[in-house]
Amino acid sequence: MLVFSLAAKRACRGVSLKSFHLLTNDGYSITNVEHIHRNTNRCLQSHITNVTRLSSSRPHNSKVPEVATWEPVPDHQLPPPAHIPADLVDKLERLALVDFRTKEGLACLEKAIRFADQLHVVDTSGVEPMDSVLEERALNLRDDAVTDGDCAEELLHLSKKTVEEYFVAPPGNIPLPTREERATILKHSEL
Amino acid sequence: MAASTVAASELLHNMNKQISILFPKASCVIRQISTSSSRCDCPPQMRAKSTPQQLVGVVGLEIHAQINSNTKLFSGSPVGFSAPPNSLVSPFDASLPGTLPVLNTRCVEAAVMTALALNCTINRKSLFDRKHYFYADLPTGYQITQQRRPIAVDGILHYSLLGGKKSNQMIRKSVTIKQIQLEQDSGKSLHDNLRSQTLIDLNRAGVGLMELVMEPDMSCGEEAAAAVRELQLILQALGTCQGNMSEGQLRVDANVSVHKPGEPLGIRAEVKNINSARFLCRAIDYEIQRQIEVLQRGGTVQNETRTYDSKSGETIPMREKEGLQDYRFMPEPNLPPLIVYEDNASLPTGIDACQVVVVQKIREGLPELPSVKRDRLVQTYGILPEHSLTLVNEDGLMEYFEAVLKATKREPRKVIGWVKNELVAHLKQQDMSVSQSPISPSALAELLELQETGHISSSVAKQVFQEMWRSPDKTASQIIQEQDLGLLSDTAQLHSICQTVLDSHPDEVHAIRNGNKKVLNKLIGLVQKETKGRADPVVVRTIIQEKTS
Repeated sequence: MLVFSLAAKRACRGVSLKSFHLLTNDGYSITNVEHIHRNTNRCLQSHITNVTRLSSSRPHNSKVPEVATWEPVPDHQLPPPAHIPADLVDKLERLALVDFRTKEGLACLEKAIRFADQLHVVDTSGVEPMDSVLEERALNLRDDAVTDGDCAEELLHLSKKTVEEYFVAPPGNIPLPTREERATILKHSEL
Repeated sequence: MAASTVAASELLHNMNKQISILFPKASCVIRQISTSSSRCDCPPQMRAKSTPQQLVGVVGLEIHAQINSNTKLFSGSPVGFSAPPNSLVSPFDASLPGTLPVLNTRCVEAAVMTALALNCTINRKSLFDRKHYFYADLPTGYQITQQRRPIAVDGILHYSLLGGKKSNQMIRKSVTIKQIQLEQDSGKSLHDNLRSQTLIDLNRAGVGLMELVMEPDMSCGEEAAAAVRELQLILQALGTCQGNMSEGQLRVDANVSVHKPGEPLGIRAEVKNINSARFLCRAIDYEIQRQIEVLQRGGTVQNETRTYDSKSGETIPMREKEGLQDYRFMPEPNLPPLIVYEDNASLPTGIDACQVVVVQKIREGLPELPSVKRDRLVQTYGILPEHSLTLVNEDGLMEYFEAVLKATKREPRKVIGWVKNELVAHLKQQDMSVSQSPISPSALAELLELQETGHISSSVAKQVFQEMWRSPDKTASQIIQEQDLGLLSDTAQLHSICQTVLDSHPDEVHAIRNGNKKVLNKLIGLVQKETKGRADPVVVRTIIQEKTS
């Protein structure tokens, strides 16, 4: 319940510019590739139209709540809180390339898992999972004709470091220090 | 542009072997090699040699075939091999925020066509997924692939290889194609260890790939190389992939394990970065042998990724695998399911005909496949199936063979012997392709005509062939004239040579007179030696028979 109403609230807020930035940051939610390439304003425009249309259909769709509702899920309905063993923290750090082994970091992760635990309460039996809201739409196919590329200069311009026409990255993926090594590093940093 | 070329070549000099893997062009072109040429240790020998408990190799392949298209899988930027760095990159390929994938029809059609040629079931509906990993030449941090539901599944690849005692028997095999999936290629990294930095070229980023997953139905390197060669021929016939391994258009990863037949499969290691059929064969056989030795020493095989070092001929560990790898697959939210239609009748009303992929239309456009071509050669020329295998496997050899046939009246069966035993043997010895042959089809035809019309003996013909190979600007008749290799037509001279041989071998003459006709051949051989092969063996036989009767 809670999750659904949250999603609805997101959708309503989607009209505002603030949330547009939020959307661009977490993905590729803009519908027209060429527009952003040439003209950021136009692209922004097209996105807003899109979102407005989405929310303007709201009055016709009774399934979307008009106002966000908040219904806390009692703890006893949730599965027991997940325990995060040190090995799993290791693995997550390696996958995410993020160091979060501090007390705050672990607390934050536990909180996030606890929050997601509420999904278990939603009864999804008999409901086919969806990948995308565009599922019923035909996938757009493109002719095999060159329409893009040849803009190395513009793209390289966006990079902090380049050598001639190459982007420059650090050498390979630097493996994270082992748990023991990190433990000592962290100990020192906390002191 | 010029500056970058200089910098790149300078870099290439400074770089370690990682580069030769990434820049395989530097390691020269090796591609006329085929199943018939690759000399590998065969598993039966290996079994007999070192494994009393009969451990055998099990090989599965994952093959990435670059789709031969004008543009990339999801963007309109061009596909090309040796363009200036980052010149074939669109904002989408560089994964700028806000860009979206738009699927290339050609790539879908290529995958469907390949799937049909490999007898796959085409999934009417397939899905795209994101596979996550961090690497600088993968700017999004994920690759769009088809993990849950690929475009095609459950196919079969029939292939043949030469085996048996003398490696001249055709053995037919097949391997199951588990699936074919569409996915994006990554960019390329140039590791500059000197300055401790990585240079990124995204020209390849986003090029369409077909990943073909072959079930572990093979047992040694030679089988894997033969399967890959057959696939390469099929892809080239279809035009869906150019199939050049040295340019990375066809990349093979091998999953290798060993077990005792009848028991569950052993732990597998993956051998990556194999850029020729010959290396594939060697890498797999090395890896099978290595695993057998590990187990025999009482050790365990690690589930790991290894790379093949073509210089040492060994596989070496690259990184540990399972457990640490987690690709965090998730549905690609920006691409709805891909639908292909069986025929025009099944198209939904009102759909744009340019916007759909129709399987039936692609099936009708399938060209002649290599197996059909081989059958045709066998029927048209009355040659053996194993000969047709060689003719089709070597690039340009079939065309060469047919060109020789046009210029001579000799029988195809005779011509194939020359092409296979002399031409191909010489080419292989010097690691050359058919197009590099110093002897043109018409020159070979002239030589064969001279033999056919009785100007030279067959042994001299071989001698002339070698001379032609060394001096390509001379014709067969020039060489015969210069070196006086023409058949001895002076009967008196032949008689006297034969007499000399008989006089110096009284024991043999005695044996023949006592009925041992086999000794006759020895004497004929001695006469040929005297005449440097210029005597007509039939005439010599008659003379000796007369003189010993």
